[in-house]
Amino acid sequence: MENPIIEVKKLSKKFILAHNRLPYETFRDTVTNLVKKPIRMLRGEKKLKKEEFWALKDVSFEIQKGEAIGLIGPNGSGKSTLLKLLSQITAPTEGEIILRGKVASLLEVGTGFHPELTGRENIFLNGAILGMTKKEIAQKFRSIAQFSGVEKFLDTPIKRYSSGMNVRLAFSVAAHMEPDILIVDEVLAVGDAEFQKKCLGKMDEVTKEAGRTVILVSHNMEAIKKLCKRCILLKEGKIVMFDQTSKVVDTYLQGAQFATQQPLRQRRDRISKGRVTMTDIAVTTLSGKTEIESGDALRFWVKYESIFTKPIQNVRMVIMIVNDDLQNILWFDNEVSEHTITEFSPNGEFLCETGPLNLVPGRYFINLNFHIDGASEDSVLMAASFEVKENLQKFEFQKSADYKVANFIAPFRYSQEK
Amino acid sequence: MSNTNISITIKPRSGWVSLNLRELWLYKELFYIFAWRDIKVRYKQTVIGILWAFFQPISTMIIFSVFFGGLAKIPSDGIPYPIFVYSGLLYWNYFSISLGGSSNSLVANEAVIKKIYFPRLLLPLSTTITPIIDFGIAILVLFGLMVYYHFTPTLLGIILIPVLVLLSFLSASGLGSLLAAINVRFRDVREVLPFFIQILFFVTPVIYPSTLVPDKYQWILALNPMVGIIDAARAGIVGDKPINFQLLLISAIIAVVLFIVGIFYFKKTEKIFADVS
Repeated sequence: MENPIIEVKKLSKKFILAHNRLPYETFRDTVTNLVKKPIRMLRGEKKLKKEEFWALKDVSFEIQKGEAIGLIGPNGSGKSTLLKLLSQITAPTEGEIILRGKVASLLEVGTGFHPELTGRENIFLNGAILGMTKKEIAQKFRSIAQFSGVEKFLDTPIKRYSSGMNVRLAFSVAAHMEPDILIVDEVLAVGDAEFQKKCLGKMDEVTKEAGRTVILVSHNMEAIKKLCKRCILLKEGKIVMFDQTSKVVDTYLQGAQFATQQPLRQRRDRISKGRVTMTDIAVTTLSGKTEIESGDALRFWVKYESIFTKPIQNVRMVIMIVNDDLQNILWFDNEVSEHTITEFSPNGEFLCETGPLNLVPGRYFINLNFHIDGASEDSVLMAASFEVKENLQKFEFQKSADYKVANFIAPFRYSQEK
Repeated sequence: MSNTNISITIKPRSGWVSLNLRELWLYKELFYIFAWRDIKVRYKQTVIGILWAFFQPISTMIIFSVFFGGLAKIPSDGIPYPIFVYSGLLYWNYFSISLGGSSNSLVANEAVIKKIYFPRLLLPLSTTITPIIDFGIAILVLFGLMVYYHFTPTLLGIILIPVLVLLSFLSASGLGSLLAAINVRFRDVREVLPFFIQILFFVTPVIYPSTLVPDKYQWILALNPMVGIIDAARAGIVGDKPINFQLLLISAIIAVVLFIVGIFYFKKTEKIFADVS
């Protein structure tokens, strides 16, 4: 058999966490510590508290050429560290990685984009940073511009672009790389839904047709399931599982269900953090019952805090209902309904009440996303979960249906004219 | 297209340092792009654009000529003060701009360093090469001044120009790489740097002739590589006195040592940049 294209052997990465320290040291701190240390030691005090933290510990795996591998795990499990090691951005503490091919990594969309430069200039700059040659970029220039959909603005400095246009341009460049190994970090989380879909299609094409090896980190289980045959599940710096995607995703979700039992305020695995923090959530029926059945109208109650003292303008709040397979089932966007508010008090609680939801019985998760002026200020995936119970009477059913087949049920009758 | 013969092994960093020139060469395009970016960005949204490259050295020369040459009567080895001070400023400006730029190059590109791999050395090197273009523009003014004051440069002086630029480059990029690497960990560099460059300016014979310093102390002065460089440049172009090769040699050795030490230290600390910046 051919040598694996990626070989990772007993890889570990250690960080030293020094508490109460600035992100970077100043020379003065080092000097004062030099002076203080002997005095402390004379007094018999302990050393400055330094904590070792193994972001990755003894990670080994092999990936064959042409495979697309998903990398999932809760925040802080070491996914990003592993990607950074694979892309040579940081050096391992122990272990070894062998990469048999040209590597390109896409850990961020638009790395090195310069706001003063035009779209055209940034395509060349970003392309070169991603490892393409000038000739290569020139050849693909038309295709890149076309894919991005911002052709008209190629001679405008990108500081005048909207954030959406920025993302489109950046991803278009990235999508035209031709490495043997492509390392991608959660870049699909940005951009509008339509463009995301386009990118997913492009990625799929890249792996299947060109036989490229891809390692993909994503919180989007649907994308992972679509693109990757096999998946690695990381937890606390170790590989918990490396198996077929469906099995790994199931295991991960069981863990995620566990996370929903944690109070919302204490959740650390937020997708974005900003000036608003949602601290509590509850779901009941409109009449206030906590036992939810198919066909019930629901009431979502969310409590939040913010740093603001005046009412918050231009709020976009999205409550998303996701099923067990992490498919998006329903979403409630305050900008869509005509019964809505966009001005929120600096802190407090808000309600979202729905009409009857004919959900099939099963377990559902709630994703929350609080935006101000189009930017996400707080976002929690699987902030809570709820169980929908069967109600045969309401749908005039005589027995349970096979609820795995579809997402919704409705009362119905069969007949035939004689 | 696919290069299956490429194989990279990533291991914990070991004690020894290899320059890996081959890799640096592979990334030459990125090197141009960084330099191109710096040039492009510099004169964006300015009205007079590239003319700024003339404005800065000329205005400095005029002010220095009025105050140091005219009012303070600082000697200039018997040649007109404007041409005297300008021949020094030319190299000094290149050196100080490059040193400032390269020392800050890692911190300024922190976002890119944390997200993508490339030989980090490209950053301080490209920021020390770009100002050579400004040097090329500024030297046109010197030629203009020479025509105006009826000076003919010596042939040796002309030949020496690329050598002196190279020595300035070695000093600036060596010291710049060293400071850039330290700057990643200790941002004190950023605070000290402007002050340091200013002090260096006054111990470099730009506004005064090196002959102002007694002969027996000249070698101490020459430990600052720009001293030998500027002294030789001036002597070669303006012909005010023979070139002091002894002084130049000391400065050249220092420049090479600075370069080697700077690059070595940079390579040695390179791998932790993304972790500590």
